[in-house]
Order: sequence, then C-alpha cells, then structure tokens
Amino acid sequence: MVTSAEAVVEDVKQPLKLDVRDLSIYYADTPALENVTLDVREHEIFGIIGPANAGKTSFLKTINRMDMFTSNMKVQGDIYFNGFDIRKTRNIYALRSRIGVVFPLPVGLPLTIYENVALAPRLSGVSNKAELDIMVERCLTRAALWDEVKDRLDSLGSLLSGGQQQRLTIARALSQEPDVLMLDEFSIAVDPVTTMRIEDVLKELKSEMTIILVTNLVQQARRLADRTAFFLEGKCVEIGDTEDLFTGNAKQQSTIDYIEGKFG
Amino acid sequence: MFEISELNKRNQKTQKLFQILFLMMTLMLIAPVVIILGTLIYKGGAIISVDFLFTAPTDGMTAGGIFPALFGTVWLVAVALLVSVPVGVAAAIYLSEYAPDNWLTRIINLAIINLAGVPSIVHALFGVGAFVIFFKFGTSILAASLTLAIMTLPVVIVASKESLQAVPKAFREACWNMGATRWQTIRRVVLPNAVSGILTGVILEVSRTTGETAPIMFTGAAFFLPFLPQSVFDQTMALSLHLFVVSTQVPGVPDELPYGVALVLIGMVLLMNSVSIAFRMYLRGQKKW
Amino acid sequence: MQQSSNNLPGNAFDRRTMDWYIDKLMQLLVFIGGISAIIFIIGIFVFITMEGMDFVFGRLDVAEFFTSEYWSPSDEDDPEFGILALIAGTASVTGLAMLVAIPFALGSAIYIGEFASGKKREYLKVLVELLAAIPSVVWGFIGLSIMNPLIIDVFDVPVGLNILNAGVILGLMAAPIMASIAEDALKAVPDGYREAAEAMGATRWQVIFKVVLPAAKNGLLGAVLLGVGRGFGETMAVLMATGHSVNMPTSIFDSVRALTATIAAELGETAVGSDHYGVLFTIGIFLFLITFVINLSADLIVRGVRKG
Repeated sequence: MVTSAEAVVEDVKQPLKLDVRDLSIYYADTPALENVTLDVREHEIFGIIGPANAGKTSFLKTINRMDMFTSNMKVQGDIYFNGFDIRKTRNIYALRSRIGVVFPLPVGLPLTIYENVALAPRLSGVSNKAELDIMVERCLTRAALWDEVKDRLDSLGSLLSGGQQQRLTIARALSQEPDVLMLDEFSIAVDPVTTMRIEDVLKELKSEMTIILVTNLVQQARRLADRTAFFLEGKCVEIGDTEDLFTGNAKQQSTIDYIEGKFG
Repeated sequence: MFEISELNKRNQKTQKLFQILFLMMTLMLIAPVVIILGTLIYKGGAIISVDFLFTAPTDGMTAGGIFPALFGTVWLVAVALLVSVPVGVAAAIYLSEYAPDNWLTRIINLAIINLAGVPSIVHALFGVGAFVIFFKFGTSILAASLTLAIMTLPVVIVASKESLQAVPKAFREACWNMGATRWQTIRRVVLPNAVSGILTGVILEVSRTTGETAPIMFTGAAFFLPFLPQSVFDQTMALSLHLFVVSTQVPGVPDELPYGVALVLIGMVLLMNSVSIAFRMYLRGQKKW
Repeated sequence: MQQSSNNLPGNAFDRRTMDWYIDKLMQLLVFIGGISAIIFIIGIFVFITMEGMDFVFGRLDVAEFFTSEYWSPSDEDDPEFGILALIAGTASVTGLAMLVAIPFALGSAIYIGEFASGKKREYLKVLVELLAAIPSVVWGFIGLSIMNPLIIDVFDVPVGLNILNAGVILGLMAAPIMASIAEDALKAVPDGYREAAEAMGATRWQVIFKVVLPAAKNGLLGAVLLGVGRGFGETMAVLMATGHSVNMPTSIFDSVRALTATIAAELGETAVGSDHYGVLFTIGIFLFLITFVINLSADLIVRGVRKG
C-alpha cells in the first residue's frame, strides 16, 4: 500500500479529485475493506477490479456517505473530495448531489420516465420546463435510452425492463451533472451492444467529469480505465496504469493471475 | 398397505369434518350481520325518504326527519379530520421514515395501541376534563371533534404507516444518492406513492368517527337542538347519539323511526367501509413497480 | 453550477441551503406528530385524574369502593360509592361475551387462514372487516329492539335486557376483531413449519392442531386479551342491552349495570366538582388503568417478551 501511495504522489498529472487515506470499513466487527490508500485524479476513468467480496461496493458507498444508512457499517480513515474532508461536511446533501452513483441493481423510481431524469435538476432548483426538456433528452440520449422511450416519457420508470431501468439509472446519475460518476458493475443488466454504446459515452464524459468504474469484467477496465486498482478480500493489492497492469507489468502475482483469469 | 390407506381415509374424513365445522363457525359469525341488515331494511326502509333526510324532528322527536343530526355528524367528522389527518400522517411518516429501533419508538407504538384500546367513555371523560373545562371550549363541536380526533388517531396512523412502508427502501436510497434530503425524498417519491393508501385509512376513519357515540355525549353533542350549529363553538345534534336518544330516551316514538335512523347510520358506515376496502383492493391490483 | 463548485470545493458542502433547513424543520414536525400519541395518552391520564382527584383524596374509601355493592352516589343524605356490583356487571357480560366470541373467532380465523383460499378468503375477510365496523350504538339498538323480544319469547323471562343479551351482542362485536388478530397470528407461523409437518405425513388438521396452533399460541392469547379489553371498554351497546340496573347477578337472565355504562348514563346529571362527578372520573381512572394493563400485556405476549 505504501508503495502505491508513493507512486501516486510522484507523477501527479491532474489535480486530485478524491484522496483516500488509510480507509477501513467494518460491518459490525467483520472487516470489508482494510487500510486502503488511493487517489483519483480529475478527468480520469479509475477502474476497480476484483472478485466478489473484495470490498469494491463498500468502498463506493463510503465515498458519498451511504454508510450512514447501514446501521452496523463503520468507517475509519479519511476521504478528501476536492480537498475537502467529506466527514466534516455540514451539508451532506450537497456532497451527494456532486457524486452520481449507479449500482448493479437498477432502480427506476415510481415516477414517470421524464420525472426520473428531471428529479435531480428539480431538487437543485431548476423549474424551467424548456431547460428540463433539454436536460432530460440529453441525459437519456447519453444513456442510450432516448430512442426507446422518447414516445412514452409519461409512463412509469419503475415498469421498464431491467436493462432499460439500468440505463434510466445512468441517465438519472448524469442529470445530477456530477463531479464524480461512480458505476458499480453497470453492465450486468444491459445487453452487450448497449454496453458498448454506454462505454463510448463514458469515454466522452471523461472530459466533463471523473469516473470511478467498478467492474467484474476485466476487459471492460482495460478498454476504459486510465488507471486500475485491484481489490482482493478487503485489501487494495495494487494500483497502476491500466496499460502497465494489462501488459504483464503488474507488480503482484495475484494481480497477474486475476487478470489472466486464473481465479475470479 | 391396506391399513395405511384405511387410516388415510379416516384422517381425510376427520379433516373434511373439521373444515366444515370451521366453515360453519365462520358463517355463523357473519350470519347475524345479514340478519340484522335485513331486519333494519325491512323495518326501517319504508320511513327513509328525501323528507326524512332533510327535515328536522318534530312533535317532541316522535316524528319528522333527521337533518340536524346528519348535518351535525358531518360537522363533527370534518373538524375531527382536520386535526387527526395531519397529526396522524405526521406520526406515520415519523414511524416509517425516521424512527430508529429504540425505546422511544417502542413507547410510541405502545401509546398508539393504548389510544385505540382506552374505552370510548374514558375518551369522553378526557374530552370533558381537557377541552370542555380546562381549555374552556365548553360543550361544543370543537371539544367533541378533538375528542373524536384523538380517539381515532390510531386508525390514520396505522393505515398511513402501512402504505408508507409498502414503498421499497431502494427508492429512498436512490433519491438519497442523488443528494435529495430526507424530506425531499418523502415529498417527491414516498408520499405520492403512499397517498392512495393513506386515503383508504382516512375513509376508514370517517366511518369510525361517524359511528362513535360515547365520546361526543358530554363534549358537544346534544339530545335535541331547535337550530343548526353556526360555528365550532356551538353544540350540535349527531346521528349516532340521535339513535340512542330516540330508542331509549323519548317516549312514544313510532317503531319505524329508530329503525330508520339505525339504517341510515349503518348504511353510511358500511358504505364508507366498503369504499375503503374496494379502493384498497383496486390499489393492490395496480402495479407500480 | 458545476463550475462554481469545482472552484470552491469546500464551501459548497459547508453551506446549508434552504432545503437543508426545510429538511430539519420537517423532521422536527413529524417527530412531534410521532410523540403526540404519547402526549395524548399521558394527557388522558392527567386530565381524568385532575377531575377525579378531589374525590380520590377527599371522599374515597378504597375498601368500600371495591367491596361494597351499594351504588347510590346521588343520594343527598347517605350516598354510597361501591362499584362491586358494577364490576360484577362488566365482568359477567365480558365473560359471557368471551364464551361466545372465542370459539367463533378462533374457528373462523382457522377457516379463513388455513382452509379458505383465493377469492373465497378475500370475501370472508371483507365480511369480517365489515362486521367489525358496525357502530356500537347500532349494536345497542339491536340488543334493545331485536334481541330483547327474542329473549323474552324464547326463554319466557319478563325482561330481555340482561347479561345474556349484552353478552351475545358484545361477543358478536368482539369476535371479528379477535378473528382478524388471530388470523394474523396464524399467518405469522412460517410456512416451513407446515411443510415440514406435511412432509412427515401429517394431515391438514393434524398440522393445524399439533403445529400451527401451538406455534401461534402467543398471538392467539393476545387476540383474546384484546377482546377482553374491548369488552371492558365497550359503552353504548352495554348501556342499552344490559337493562342498566345495579345488581349482583345470579343468573344470565339478570339485568346488570356496567362500569362504562354508569359513566355514560350519569355524567350528564352531575354537577362539576361534586362527589358524584368525582366518583365517575374515579371509575374512569380505574377503567383506564385496567385497559392499559390489558393492552400492555397483550402487546408483550404477542411480541413474545417474557417478564423479568
């Protein structure tokens, strides 16, 4: 861990977006993630790979303070967002509104498709119909859903198919215009063609926001991520340039084994 | 082999027998309602007319209609709802959305159970002590309605809490993720999806409030008044008390009059209950997620 | 929006917005709504105690109150404040009501919960719910106008307003509520229990009697207790159907008077602050405490919390 942290400090190309120091997460007394130190730079796609129970999802939940909703979840260590200690925030809602999240289980809210996407702008005070219309169309288009739903924006978002709900969830996260977009295995409920379309969008979005991509598809990380972290059994084993990791230059044997598919 | 199948047959017979017995018990529980309704309609149906509903009692309450009582009941129920619906829905929101699993929540739930379990006449005593005497509302619609509101509060709370809790937690978390405050989440996503369920609870409460008699006897309902109430500080007649009065307190009432009053009262109550139940079933059929 | 928060990262999360304050305000408001139930229940106790206090501390002889069967609180020369006969009236009517209600409530709960299915079950539940909705003053009227002549005819007694009448009426009133609570208790028994027993070759009724009923025991007891509480507290039906005469009952054809009915019948005729007024509130305190204990124990039993 120490080595990776030092490596990070050496070649800072972009300002730090997220600075995680010595983070540990426990459920009751069972550790889910231990002593993770990493940073995410502005306008990069930061990939996190690793098998199940590696602590990837817990890590994401901690960043927008979702740990508050799980009573037995305890968090130690520091997380700085734009240089600001997220635990010292006096307005947790403002923090969350800057971070978009997409979890593997899609949740279409029981509102119309239009209102699903217009909700975040409305919450931040946008009420102009024309402005909302533009936002809704743009976010749905980016999430590769617009063509399928543009004629029925008034139907319930919660009654869409699983794949459509997942894209609706992505559109909703985009409608927040977040600083950081966190995606947790978004492609589980989506077909391969749509996955490719969304991946293309993510590459474009890089210029507007920072993306943390948790994925169970090693090749997806390779296609998208600038840097990738490998999590295993609650530890951050290695962080490096994606190119290095995938060309056999990983420092840890377990990383190489995982990438080569020897376990998973 | 033979013995086993013989045993099976006997068991099956016993089972059939028990099933029939339990069915009979259920039917015997329900039969009285049918008989009662039938009798009320048979004996009281003839007296019910537009005149009966919209004129005042005459001849020392032995003739005429029930309009002042009907009118008063509407007043009492409306004022009671103005108090119990906001308070009850707020309590339900607290219990469903905020309350942690601790001793205070436990005590609140216990208090709700007790509020529903305290005898109606004790609620009446409370109404007299608190609203009529202490707060100096006198015997008035206000005092009677407040007493009714507190008494029927658990109906609203329980129904509202149930329909709020029927909204899956994932929807709330999705909203919180987007930076919505708890209240924004409740107002924009949870409440809109629970409001029809809350409405069924409110209809049920209207039905309960309409039928209550004891709590209003000494707090605001009068046996007979020659005028209609003008404000919430006036006394009023009420349909439920009117049934008690014409069936026990007034000599020389023709037989069909109390039957007619009872029929109107039970008709209103059962109608509202049925509407509430039908609405609930309709909602159950509506898939929203 | 986005740009400004990028430039001033810390401030954005440190600034409390209107929405933040509205959120806190609403949280406070619904909290007040939540604790209002506690406030009201305490308020009930406080206000009836306030009105009954003068009598409790001035005139009340506890031994006489509970053991004397003489009740004539408005007598100017020699008032009597014994509620034993009233307790006997309430207890006898409630007891008979439970005898009527328990088998029917349990039987229909078992039928609806374990045998009926689909539409039939829905319809029966709706009917039971409607039965529970009939106002108590209507039940009282039924006792007065339908049951009364019926009892006189069938049993050849002079008066049909008696324990039998009120007990049956009260039983019919309490049964649907008890049935739906009992059905909830049966439903709470995990299906796994039934399946395990059926896998061992038990028949349906064996499953019910040997597995489901014992497992639902606490819930069923809770249902009975709530029925008793309902019986104790019922006012209008009991006032109209018991005959309302102070009497230590010796048979179910005796007229009696209940605690609740006494308050309902006499409060209107008393002067505020008089002994008679005070003793009626004292009965109210007594009723409040009894139903409180009944509801509390029903709650504890249903939740399976053991004492000590």
